[in-house]
Amino acid sequence: MSAVQNIDFLAIAPPLVLAVAAIGVLVVDVFLPPRVSRLVGDGALAGVALSLAASVTLALDGLPRRTFCVIAEVQGAGPPSCSYVADKFTLLFQFVVLLAGAVVLLMARSEIVETRLPTGEFHFLMLAAMSGALTLAASRDLVTLIVSLELVSLPVFVLAALRREDGRSSEAGLKMFLISVVSTAVMLFGLSLVYAATGTVYLDRIALALDIAGPLGAVAAVGTVLVLVGFAFKVSAVPFHFWAPDTYEGAPIAVAAFLSVVSKAAGFAGLVLILIVGFRPYTDVWGPVLAVLAALTMTVGNLVALRQHRAVRLLAWSSIAQAGYMLAPLGAAGAIADKGAGRQQDLNELAGATVAYVAIYAAMTIGAFAVVAFVRWLGPNGGRDLDDYRGLVRTHPLIAVAFGFFLACLAGLPPGLAGLFAKVIVFRAVVDGGVAWLAVVIAINTAIGLYYYLAWAARLFAPRPDGVTVRAGRTPYPAAAAILVPAVGAAALSVMPQLVFGVSPLMSLAGR
Amino acid sequence: MILTLLLVALPLAGSAAVFALPEREAVRFSVLVTSLTLLDAVVLAASFDYDRAGEIQKAVDWSWVSAIGLRFHLGVDGISLPLVVLTALLTMLCTIYLLRPTSMPSRPRFLTSLLMLLEVAMIGTFVALDLLLFFVFFELVLLPMYAVIAGWGGPGRTAAARQFIVYTLLGSGFLLVGLFLIYAHAGTLDMVVLAHRHGEGLSRTVQVVAFLFVAGGLAVKVPMWPLHTWLPDAHTEAPTVGSVLLAGVLLKMGTYGLVRIAVPILPEGAAAVAPYLGAFGVIGIIYAGLACLAQRNLKRLIAFSSVGHMGLVLLGIASLTPVGINGALYLNVAHGLITGLLFFLVGGVAERYSTTDIAKLGGGLLAAAPRLGSLLVFASVASLGVPGLAGFWGEMLAMFSAYRPNPLLDRGVYLTFLAVAGLGSVLTATYFLVMLRRVAYGDVAARWRTVRIRDVTSVEWASWVPLVVIVVVFGLWPASLLGMTNDAVQSLLGGG
Repeated sequence: MSAVQNIDFLAIAPPLVLAVAAIGVLVVDVFLPPRVSRLVGDGALAGVALSLAASVTLALDGLPRRTFCVIAEVQGAGPPSCSYVADKFTLLFQFVVLLAGAVVLLMARSEIVETRLPTGEFHFLMLAAMSGALTLAASRDLVTLIVSLELVSLPVFVLAALRREDGRSSEAGLKMFLISVVSTAVMLFGLSLVYAATGTVYLDRIALALDIAGPLGAVAAVGTVLVLVGFAFKVSAVPFHFWAPDTYEGAPIAVAAFLSVVSKAAGFAGLVLILIVGFRPYTDVWGPVLAVLAALTMTVGNLVALRQHRAVRLLAWSSIAQAGYMLAPLGAAGAIADKGAGRQQDLNELAGATVAYVAIYAAMTIGAFAVVAFVRWLGPNGGRDLDDYRGLVRTHPLIAVAFGFFLACLAGLPPGLAGLFAKVIVFRAVVDGGVAWLAVVIAINTAIGLYYYLAWAARLFAPRPDGVTVRAGRTPYPAAAAILVPAVGAAALSVMPQLVFGVSPLMSLAGR
Repeated sequence: MILTLLLVALPLAGSAAVFALPEREAVRFSVLVTSLTLLDAVVLAASFDYDRAGEIQKAVDWSWVSAIGLRFHLGVDGISLPLVVLTALLTMLCTIYLLRPTSMPSRPRFLTSLLMLLEVAMIGTFVALDLLLFFVFFELVLLPMYAVIAGWGGPGRTAAARQFIVYTLLGSGFLLVGLFLIYAHAGTLDMVVLAHRHGEGLSRTVQVVAFLFVAGGLAVKVPMWPLHTWLPDAHTEAPTVGSVLLAGVLLKMGTYGLVRIAVPILPEGAAAVAPYLGAFGVIGIIYAGLACLAQRNLKRLIAFSSVGHMGLVLLGIASLTPVGINGALYLNVAHGLITGLLFFLVGGVAERYSTTDIAKLGGGLLAAAPRLGSLLVFASVASLGVPGLAGFWGEMLAMFSAYRPNPLLDRGVYLTFLAVAGLGSVLTATYFLVMLRRVAYGDVAARWRTVRIRDVTSVEWASWVPLVVIVVVFGLWPASLLGMTNDAVQSLLGGG
């Protein structure tokens, strides 16, 4: 017997490539002359492209692939218990993270130059955080999960505070750091309780252990709730959302976009994995909690968003509200606790709805941020206020149309079909789960959301206020690409939302 | 079926392709596209099997998003076919109207692209047979229409466009909730299946609540008093082609939705709520009549008259009888033709006099521009429902249905509605005749004597004559339309 395992390098290639690229970028920036290190941004993008290529290869090569499994002697008759699994769920999240990450890098180009952000550090931290997000989606044990979750969070604190001379940026970083550390502590405490009750860190084994009602059931239940609270901070669910608007506004805008899309997607990947794979016997414990969180999150997020006048703050509150919709299907899990045979199927549907919403949300939100990042460098007001967007269609017709499309998607209104489909699938999951009151809350919130997104979209087509001149000229190619990629993505998801439907981490669980 | 698909595919392709052309060619190209679409609609109507008008024909039924049961399901029956042809016709006439050499619109590529996009959405709304697809097309109308008003409208266009979009979005929210409710309880989005069930499997409470949401959402578009306040501003500020499509087609989408979705799918809800719809409808008739009497602006007067006519359509639907719904559909089409024509004429007047203020016009249109004046008299008389023209039959049937409403409803209430609606017709006749006296008859006002007022031009003839002819045909031969709708109405109501 050998304790040395064969590692499936193709399976772990996407995060590995990014990690190598991250270090490479840092080394190049520090040791090579400025002439070369100007290429750091391109190098980082090339790393993302390579990682994307690895994901595509994986997708074509046949799924699922597992690696870092427990050795056969330990496994016995139990489940395979692998730490790293590349299945459809993993790959979908990896695609989302890589594409959104690439957009973030593209939109950061002009910001890095204009606010003199340190290029090397910026790209190193971004790539490191992305590599953490990729690992998170693939991790199937508590330790890998928590390590990769921290790998997503830690670089972001620094990134948020990267505009060193700006007090608000430091405040953003510090606020996020404090809250994130507290949430991690709470989550770790919860996980230790679960470990104490079950004696294993592998999610599939935790599910088996929790299925048998032991004397430590109450301990595990408390642990479950604490883990939930920890994740609620990460995905900025109400009432654990206070850090988000200030952090988004203070941080460089590319970092805000990263937080709002990549970090949030990673948080949801972790949440779905822990709840649906690990804690699935406890749906009656976490389901109702999440249902209440979801209702609160979307309602508070939408109501506060109604009163925002600043572009980034509005997007911050919108991303809080959208998190509510993503939580909602998981919240319906409590109602299916006592169903017998069809339960697995129902859980798959619920998880699939959340996953689909996250993927569609990523496309439309990263697009909106890309436009905001672009407009931020236009005109004397700096695109901070919503009114700075007036008449954008006159000066930049294509960008205005793309932005209108993203906002329509976020509102869930045709022609933004992707957003409409996302809302419908969440609604359907909640109704099928039998939580009628939550369905009503979703419906009302959808109507509220229509208003503020479209009030913004309407400004694009309004006449420009007098006396305001806009710096016209060609849109630089990185900014154009940063808007084009999500536009194509959102348009594709509007026509073929099936691409992201029906993906659940449970599907590859059975069998080896 | 390819014909149905082309109805939406042709203008959609046109709205994109127009950007590949130079600005000068945009309007002519759009005339070509909309003519082809109309031709397609006419061929569709010609190949339609009128013996089976109650069934869906020429259907396209593709799975689109299976996870939520959404299908790309299009088709026509006796109810939607007339509206499809009406839409294709009015859009074509609008593009022809833009050909006038005297007043080329600014940014014609953008405008014609929007008009063709509007046509996609409007026709799509009438042929969609899936609830979600219906909603998609229904909402798709909003943004192009908003842009048309905000981009090419009159001086108060910004506020009017904003009011239009805010009101209708509010309605959309309600509509979406209602559709969600139906979907949640019935488990399907297929309008044909749902209509065949006639509410089976939906409890009374669900039906009433869903009906309130669906009808509430649609009522904004109809528009039903007191949700009509967006209409006068939007119609008045919109450019002529925008007003024609707003009054001629957009308003019909609301009543069509009531007939196609709310009444057949939620019959118990309809029975519970219908008296209120009827009440709001007749209030709208009286309100619009009084508002028109006090109106000083010709375009606003026409806009307000729509509120009254749509009130009568609501009354017909609220009777929940085949007679009433047939009348409502007839009035729908007739109103689309007549009010479309009226807005064209008012646009013509505005172009010549640079005002639509009745006092400033000061009368004598018949003397100054005899053909334009005669057309205005013709359209006004048609609009007030003179027998022999299209407006008459719909009004008569709608009122007749209130005399004998569905047995589930309280007849006494409907008799009251009938009396009020009768008073409303008197008001309608009054304000139209007063308007004609002040605008068309009499001597040419002093300030216009020295100005040469151009009479109807050839492009104007081309875009107006078809409407005049059809108004006469439908007035003299109502069976041409009623024969078509009746079968479909019977099958939607579950009788016959």
